Amino acid sequence: MTDIFAPSENRDYFEVDQHITASSRYYAGRVGSRFFIALRDEQKILGSHCPKCNLTYWPPRNTCGRCFSQLSESDLLEIGPLGTLETFTRPNYTPPQPVPAAPVLYGIIKLDGADTGMAHLLGEVDFENLKIGMRMQPVFAEAPAANILAIRYFKPAEE
Amino acid sequence: MTDRVAIVGVAQTRFSPKRADVNVGELAYEAIEQVLQQTGLEIGRDIDNSISCSHDIWDGQTISDIGITDVIGGHLRNEEKMAMDGSTAAYYATIGILSGEFDCTLLLAHTKMSQTDRNIVNNTAFDPIYTRMLGFDFTTAAALQARRYMSVYGITEEQVARVVLKNLSNARLNPVMHNGRDLSLDEILAAPLIADPLRALDLAPDSDGAVALIMASEERAKQITDHPAWILGIGSCYDAHYLGDRDLADCMALEKAAAMAYRMAGINDPRRQVDLVELGDEFSYQELLWLEGLGLCKRGEAGCITAEGLTARSGELPVNPSGGLLGGVPANVAGLNRVAEAANQVMGRAGEVQIKDVEIAVAQGHSGFCGQHQCVIVLGREPRSLSASAGRSR
Ligand SMILES: [Zn+2]
Repeated sequence: MTDIFAPSENRDYFEVDQHITASSRYYAGRVGSRFFIALRDEQKILGSHCPKCNLTYWPPRNTCGRCFSQLSESDLLEIGPLGTLETFTRPNYTPPQPVPAAPVLYGIIKLDGADTGMAHLLGEVDFENLKIGMRMQPVFAEAPAANILAIRYFKPAEE
Repeated sequence: MTDRVAIVGVAQTRFSPKRADVNVGELAYEAIEQVLQQTGLEIGRDIDNSISCSHDIWDGQTISDIGITDVIGGHLRNEEKMAMDGSTAAYYATIGILSGEFDCTLLLAHTKMSQTDRNIVNNTAFDPIYTRMLGFDFTTAAALQARRYMSVYGITEEQVARVVLKNLSNARLNPVMHNGRDLSLDEILAAPLIADPLRALDLAPDSDGAVALIMASEERAKQITDHPAWILGIGSCYDAHYLGDRDLADCMALEKAAAMAYRMAGINDPRRQVDLVELGDEFSYQELLWLEGLGLCKRGEAGCITAEGLTARSGELPVNPSGGLLGGVPANVAGLNRVAEAANQVMGRAGEVQIKDVEIAVAQGHSGFCGQHQCVIVLGREPRSLSASAGRSR
């Protein structure tokens, strides 16, 4: 067991070492559950379509932020799987959550048929070859995952 | 009932990468004691409202203000915590005084970033269903925004580096900043990449510190000081939450917050009417993006006007003469520090960093990744009635 009164670099001042850990289960909600089930079982990506605004949102949601209409499960439609890269980055440090990718590359991909982008990992590509406007396709996880990592990452599309 | 509100006292601790000698309460007390001494006010007798701003995870306690009631006077009267950037405390203090409920409000923001890892703290700002487990933090989100903004508007790395050059040079003059230094463009552009295209000097460094302000109604303000900084306008607005919901090159929330604040202040040509800006350059490129959002230049022009020296201390529109957040200001404290630096300029008590003849100054703060929430405070040397314009922002 570690000493709870760990001295800081200055011997006159003490720091109390603490670790907050919480195991949490966050509900995905009605439309979110449909999204994750379709992704896990059918490798389909769903978005929410607002008929009034003619806008399709990812992630799917039960309210249109533009017109405040209630959206439901019947407003879900399939988007992607191909999309366009809007921006990207490569952190040169270890991200604050364990990420199954090396090197870690991030991007925002606007899936075909959607009006908002998906922030996700990028893979099977050299950072130097990434370009805004590139066409991308998802690579799905081999073992079904009941979370967003059911999409492992997006890679340049083989169109 | 009052319809004019002013900042009558401003105090800041020295910011430093790590204050191992004080806990958050002791740090907060340093700023509070200083602002009370400066104004001659007594916390029990004269202050009738307190608003604090701090961060649960950085403080290590949920509803983090509950741990420092004895320092801010929360056991004496009403005290509210802003869970957002400190500039929003000035927004709510103004509303409280305009309502007639309060006359004299103590504002406090404190954060010790040295107490925990910023990336772990900021990762918890991302939604837990779709985004958090991908490992995003404010730096990777900012890198996505920087690349998008620079690509859409043709902003160059050199133009962004000029923000770093200017602000770190300005910070040398400011005794509260710890990151001031003179660098060459080449040195800035050769700094190690943290999250491409952001390099080490493009990020506001981890800092510990506190800021305290006192805001008062017109009647009380005139009793306290001959040179207050009057609140001329306030505005606040959120943008969409998910990273992909907005084009990160845009800043709709800031444009709306600025429009509200300018309308209240009677400003219709900000570039001509505003003398000085203190804005939230948490990341260097944001100074350019926020300048455009504040309507101080056209979209895509901020890189050019910065390269031309317009935003330098000696320029037509000094921006962050204090050294900005890049100079070393803690998260959460950031916006109240922006308001404090702008107020000092208007009050003529900015010392080494004073710019001549500042009649109208704009302070901007933001919270959330990529500036999701935006707050704009317009300050002036001459008072202006707020009741006629307040709430007429639509
Ligand atoms: Zn709609």
